[in-house]
Amino acid sequence: MSDAAQEVQKKESETPEQGEQTRATRLYTPTVDIIERKDDIVVVADMPGVDEQAVDITLEKNVLTIYGRVDNGLPEKHNLFISEYGIGDYRRVFTLTEEVDREKIQASVRNGVLKIVLPKAEAVKTKKIAVRAGA
Amino acid sequence: MLWQDIERFGRLMDPWWEFEQMPRALSRWIPPSTVDFPAINVWVSGNEAIVTTELPGVEAGAIDISVAGKTLTLRGSREPEALQEGESYHRRERWHGHFTKTLELPFNIESGKVEAKFLKGVLHISLPRAEADKPRKITVKSA
Repeated sequence: MSDAAQEVQKKESETPEQGEQTRATRLYTPTVDIIERKDDIVVVADMPGVDEQAVDITLEKNVLTIYGRVDNGLPEKHNLFISEYGIGDYRRVFTLTEEVDREKIQASVRNGVLKIVLPKAEAVKTKKIAVRAGA
Repeated sequence: MLWQDIERFGRLMDPWWEFEQMPRALSRWIPPSTVDFPAINVWVSGNEAIVTTELPGVEAGAIDISVAGKTLTLRGSREPEALQEGESYHRRERWHGHFTKTLELPFNIESGKVEAKFLKGVLHISLPRAEADKPRKITVKSA
């Protein structure tokens, strides 16, 4: 089994910092990989049960909030036999540094994985400086 | 006074006393659910079992489901995003690697009629009960 398997448990968000939800759903914190590439920063979040219609991404000042809605889909007429995980919405909040070009942020969802590409602002990209032989 | 002394005395004599106290303290820090990955939910009716599990980012073709008797086995894997040169992780929380999960259901399964759907990263497997396993009504003949 994967060595990461032991640490993978669905992390339930304990007391949401920005107030409770009005809907009576559970709230989970999705696990996230953040990769810095040459020209952009990529945020990949595991949100099973979410498709592109059910994701809200908001950027206010420099706070990025990702929210994924999951519908319950509990089978009717069946009894719960084993329950190892809960079902609920996903929410995570990040504070961005100024280096992101807000206009060009892109997001996509595939198989329950949200991928956000945050292009670095021009001023921050390292520019290669060509060196000419001195005269 | 006498009882207190005996207790104190007893504790000094008992090398296992502290050892026994430790698990009680530690058990408060055990996370609420430590199950083998992936976590599953199982719903059961008289004739069918439904198993759901969350496998985000895994390709449907990479999930291996096999059924034998009452046992369901799930296998699969997921690779992380490959990094190019010059790229680096700021955070790495998502799981990756291979997983195998075995589960015993309360009845034998009709393996030919098992259906699996993979939607939005959630795998739904419906497992009908084997015909031979279904309870049969037995009529009582009176002599």
